[in-house]
Amino acid sequence: MSAAPRVAVIVFPGTWSDRDFLHVAGVLGWQARAIWHAETELGEADAIVLPGGFAHGDYLRTGAIARFSPVMAAVGAFADAGGPVIGSCNGFQILCEAGLLPGVLLRNDHLQFRCDWQWLRVERPIGPWLAADELAPGDVVRMPISHGEGRFYADDDTLDELERDGRVVLRYAEASGAVTPDANPNGSLRGIAGIVNPAGNVLGLMPHPERASEAEVGGTDGLRLLRSLERWLAAQPATAERLS
Amino acid sequence: MRWLADVHVRLRPGIADPEGQTITGGLHALGYETVEEVRAGKLLRIAFTAADHAAAEEAVAGMCRRLLANPVMETADWELRAEVESEAGEIA
Repeated sequence: MSAAPRVAVIVFPGTWSDRDFLHVAGVLGWQARAIWHAETELGEADAIVLPGGFAHGDYLRTGAIARFSPVMAAVGAFADAGGPVIGSCNGFQILCEAGLLPGVLLRNDHLQFRCDWQWLRVERPIGPWLAADELAPGDVVRMPISHGEGRFYADDDTLDELERDGRVVLRYAEASGAVTPDANPNGSLRGIAGIVNPAGNVLGLMPHPERASEAEVGGTDGLRLLRSLERWLAAQPATAERLS
Repeated sequence: MRWLADVHVRLRPGIADPEGQTITGGLHALGYETVEEVRAGKLLRIAFTAADHAAAEEAVAGMCRRLLANPVMETADWELRAEVESEAGEIA
């Protein structure tokens, strides 16, 4: 695939990271468009971004109202067809509420909103967003977190299943890569910072890769996820056919 | 006819509730040392119309299942009653 990735950035009332994603996509030369949540069509898209923020004010529960926004039917169909979907922060919460990922994000155990740079250990590169040629197991990356509700919770059976199937892809860690209680910024069970669906095409993570994609803002590790998408799309014959 | 449902959404037992723990600490600080636990939740008062009690029950059950509670972490239970005239102002 030689054409620039076409990326749909979904915007709900209260989304706040859409412009950061659009900015970074512009820097990368991608064709990124903002799609309002009331739309029912995504148009031509190679990937979908559910950005961070406070969709619908986070009322009732984070993501609870957003999952019923009209656009979410198209997002679900795109994900079911194997299309790359990334949900960061509030986007992760929405993916969980929508049932595209298991579990839920609960209030941080210390009740504080936590906005900081965070080290993460890559557990398993898989799928379009975490390509093995960009990231290796055990790699330690640094990205900002910015959330009040990031404590990943699922019952023990679900957690065991996620671990067994290698779907826990990112964990909160020390700079050394050690996963410790002190490195866990929100009380997430098993230090989970990011998971994927069984096929690996849907990634949910609490950190913000779009805020770590330019050296000027303090780091570029987020770019590794976005470069992964470029590589993955380039290797997809199906995408090439759609583009031709 | 018009119905009122008081829906209580609670965290499932065993799920850590830092808000409840913090409130517990506040009550202890006020001298209520016998408080063993506080669990925080939500109360949603819903006014709606339904043909009869069975239809109203079914509607509330559906609301809870589809939106009001996330079964991964929450439970919902409710009290349902036909609205009486004196409560109309409270809802409006």
